[in-house]
Amino acid sequence: MSPVNYLYLAALLFTIGATGVLLRRNAIVVFMCIELMLNACNLALVAFSRMHGNLDGQIIAFFTMVVAAAEVVVGLAIIVSLFRSRHSASVDDASLMKL
Amino acid sequence: MENLIALLIAAPLLGAAVLLCGGRRFDRVGHLLGTALAATSFVIGAALFANMLTKSVDDRALHQKLFNWIDVGGFQADIAFQLDQLSITFVLLISGVGTLIHVYSIGYMEHDERRRRFFGYLNLFLAAMLLLVLADNYLLLYFGWEGVGLASYLLIGFWQHKPSAATAAKKAFLVNRVGDIGLSIAIMLMFTTFGTFAFGPVLGSVGETSEGMLTAIGLMLLLAACGKSAQVPLQSWLGDAMEGPTPVSALIHAATMVTAGVYLIVRSGAIFNAAPDAQLVVVIVGAVTLMFGAIVGCAKDDIKKALAGSTMSQIGYMILAAGLGPIGYVFAIMHLVTHGFFKAGLFLGAGSVMHGMNDEVDMRKYGGLRKYMPVTFVTFGLGYLAIIGFPGLSGFFSKDMIIEAAFAKGGTEGWILGSITLLGAAITAFYMTRVMLMTFFGEKRWQPDAEGHLPHPHESPKSMTIPMIILAFGSVFAGGFFSIGDRFLNWLEPVTGWDHGHAPISATTVTAATVVALLLGVSIAWVMYGRKARPVPVVAPRGSVLTRAARRDLLQDDFNHVVLVRGGEHLTRSLVYVDHTLVDGVVNGTAASVGGLSGRLRKLQNGYARSYAVSMFGGTAVLIAATLLMRAV
Repeated sequence: MSPVNYLYLAALLFTIGATGVLLRRNAIVVFMCIELMLNACNLALVAFSRMHGNLDGQIIAFFTMVVAAAEVVVGLAIIVSLFRSRHSASVDDASLMKL
Repeated sequence: MENLIALLIAAPLLGAAVLLCGGRRFDRVGHLLGTALAATSFVIGAALFANMLTKSVDDRALHQKLFNWIDVGGFQADIAFQLDQLSITFVLLISGVGTLIHVYSIGYMEHDERRRRFFGYLNLFLAAMLLLVLADNYLLLYFGWEGVGLASYLLIGFWQHKPSAATAAKKAFLVNRVGDIGLSIAIMLMFTTFGTFAFGPVLGSVGETSEGMLTAIGLMLLLAACGKSAQVPLQSWLGDAMEGPTPVSALIHAATMVTAGVYLIVRSGAIFNAAPDAQLVVVIVGAVTLMFGAIVGCAKDDIKKALAGSTMSQIGYMILAAGLGPIGYVFAIMHLVTHGFFKAGLFLGAGSVMHGMNDEVDMRKYGGLRKYMPVTFVTFGLGYLAIIGFPGLSGFFSKDMIIEAAFAKGGTEGWILGSITLLGAAITAFYMTRVMLMTFFGEKRWQPDAEGHLPHPHESPKSMTIPMIILAFGSVFAGGFFSIGDRFLNWLEPVTGWDHGHAPISATTVTAATVVALLLGVSIAWVMYGRKARPVPVVAPRGSVLTRAARRDLLQDDFNHVVLVRGGEHLTRSLVYVDHTLVDGVVNGTAASVGGLSGRLRKLQNGYARSYAVSMFGGTAVLIAATLLMRAV
């Protein structure tokens, strides 16, 4: 199978993720959509790695996974404490950072 | 011998340093130390003078270079001294009269608890004044010039607890500053024109310079002289300067510092000789001040202010003579020296009278003092005869020379100047006779002081009378000594040059006219103030318009107030208006527009994370689109 198809899939996943980030209000869902975008990027990196025949893309994909794991820890902690204080996980409710 | 020149200045400078920094432990000996160091300076000066007399005319000038002061590229300034016939004349006058006045101050300031400080300031003045006359370049002269200004300020305001004294000191300082700007501009012009400001090279290369530049330098030097020597239009400070202790008025504001302007003009003679326009202005300033001071002197009831008017007028004579060019330089200096004697003597006499009269200065409250203060009366009387030019006394010779020189200027100018100087001589005789009659003759008009004590006039202590006697001696004999065999002329001619001029009338005629003017002035004063039938009123009568104007110093302060103070206020007000509208308008307008813009921009910060995400996606999309577009092109 041609590796280009993987790129199409990556673009599709990224678009779904981006749309989710922009349209959904629930912080957990937004968070998952971000993960989706990250994994779309990983998929694209690995596909490019295969297409060009070197391992750089794969290595960066590993890095991305590590960073994503760390980010999940921090992000979930923020979301949980936000939910505890406001009893809501809507991102639009947390809009105090403005002038 | 050269090495002694620096010592001349160092002695009083040491005194000033010790007395001003030494603290209370010098309270008991401060006045003696100060006087001794002033006397040291005089002795060194006398030794240098004696040495100079032994040399031939051509190599009398001594030079001493102490060290290189500033050396930056083409800018060279040295601490270097020049002692020639002109300088030594001043050195002897300054240190001689200075020493006498130090001695006088021992008695006069005896009960002042800040006497040590007073002597410190006096020594500081002596050092600065000697530096002024000994400097061999204009920059160092400027240093001394500022130094005497400082000492004058400190001494006028010596009794700083009196608001009038503090104000007078500030006034003197500010008015002097205007003149000092003139001197600094003159020095800058010299540097750009000649590349140096040492006397020798500057005055030597006058011939290669354009007359316009020389006129500019000359006028700036004249401005400086006007400030320091209280000439119109910068004369207003001298009358108020009489707030200082009387020895200060005698030393600084009569005998020495106020004559610095005359020194400056005579020293820069080569510049003025080559700039006739500047010279003409000098003459006009001198003539105007001569009359101005004389008229003010006629109306003042305060004995020191009357003498201050007289000082102004006499310095007007000197400036006029200096403006005549080589015809007058020598006589300007000669009058300066004799004036130093008799005016210092007169001021010391006035101080002695005040000392005996509970510090009363109003001559209308004096009268009949000759029996109570015989020594003061005789010395003051001799000074009086000298200043009015009584035949045979100092002032007669020196003033007569200036009047002759004024006529010798030639043409209409000569006649006008000659007449003014003659008229001035008559007025001098009038106001000095008035001072004399009101103080020492007539009825006693003594008034009780603030505590209700009637004054008990008494002769002053020896420390005060002896300097007065010595100065009276000088007032009587100096003029004759200088004039017999043209001694003074031969002495100074190698430095200042001399020219006969073309006198339209003979010297004898001028002398006769001077004596007639003198007798006229004295008799008018006697008719008005001397007769028993018409005693002097204790409260000043209203007087004519001119009298009232003269009592207010011919409206000089009103003029300054209306033109300079009000004018300055209007100027600052309009500048403030421009500042508020234009400058602030631009600044505030910028700030307001930036503020308005940011007010709109901040709406973007709405706090919704998703809206920021849209911006990010949008921005990224634009960047990618732009990149692709650039690739495609």
